[in-house]
Amino acid sequence: MSRTNVKQNLDARRVTQELFTLTYGAFVAQILNDYEHVDEVNKQLDKIGYNIGVRLIDDFLARNPNVGRCHDLRETADVLAKQGFKTYLGISPSITNWSPAGDEFSLLLDGNPLTEFVELPEGQGQKLSYNQMICGAIRGALEMVQLEVECRFVQDQLKGDNATELRVKFLKKLEDALPVGED
Amino acid sequence: MVVYNLYIFNRNGQCLFYREWLRRRPGTMTQEEEFKLMNGFMHSIKSFVQRLSPQDLKDGFVSFKTNCYKLNYYETATGLKFVLNTDNNVGNIRDILHQLYSTIFVNYIVKNPSCSATDIINTEQEIFIEKLDEFISNLSIFAQTNKA
Repeated sequence: MSRTNVKQNLDARRVTQELFTLTYGAFVAQILNDYEHVDEVNKQLDKIGYNIGVRLIDDFLARNPNVGRCHDLRETADVLAKQGFKTYLGISPSITNWSPAGDEFSLLLDGNPLTEFVELPEGQGQKLSYNQMICGAIRGALEMVQLEVECRFVQDQLKGDNATELRVKFLKKLEDALPVGED
Repeated sequence: MVVYNLYIFNRNGQCLFYREWLRRRPGTMTQEEEFKLMNGFMHSIKSFVQRLSPQDLKDGFVSFKTNCYKLNYYETATGLKFVLNTDNNVGNIRDILHQLYSTIFVNYIVKNPSCSATDIINTEQEIFIEKLDEFISNLSIFAQTNKA
């Protein structure tokens, strides 16, 4: 690749999907080495995702000045699936399985770029929630816009399920801290 | 036209950052008191504007003018508040404040692993301050008077 080419790629602020996928894989593999229990690995991935999410939301808002405060969870789900996932993972999951109360929904991921070359290790490794970082990132990002949610994978193609389904449950709306002496 | 000073508050009302470019009269209170007062006032005027509005507001409180300065306000969905005081010849600078957030704050604070987006920005964040000064002094609203 010529030098100008490299520069052009940098300007577009893009890396190839393969590099991204392999980096994430190497990263998960390293954490698997570092911790003894898979449960602990899942927890760490979630925590890392959370720390990414609380920062990523500001980047997201900076890129999308037209996104304002959402009025209900359906709007939030829409922005999350069509703009959030699109911006950072290049996919647009479909939104399904709304709970009757409208406080819980699923995102069906078709073609997850993170799992392109992945096979879960035998034994304990089968319990690994490889994409857990996504859950953490969603939780972190929504917390910054005053929405407390719970986020988990209920189906995972890596574990032999038919689809990869991510469940998001609304817990509560966080309130702004009031200045002292105000009500 | 002139840019006077800038306050950045986080969601909890803590003043993350303050910078002044032109302030001929020193404040009449300690800086800490001033930050508290400013944050409390922004909170009150926001709820005041909302309550009195005859119809649904899109942006809510945007700015106010006095006979010698204009206070411009911008709040992100994440609860960051930007308050920029200018002279009162300045028009609507919402876009400029969004730009300040998206190109300066996000790039040099949020994406900087050595500082947290929710903590006070200390003077060691030289690059942020440098880029901010550059951004402000390149604005068309930042003219001769400021530089004099």
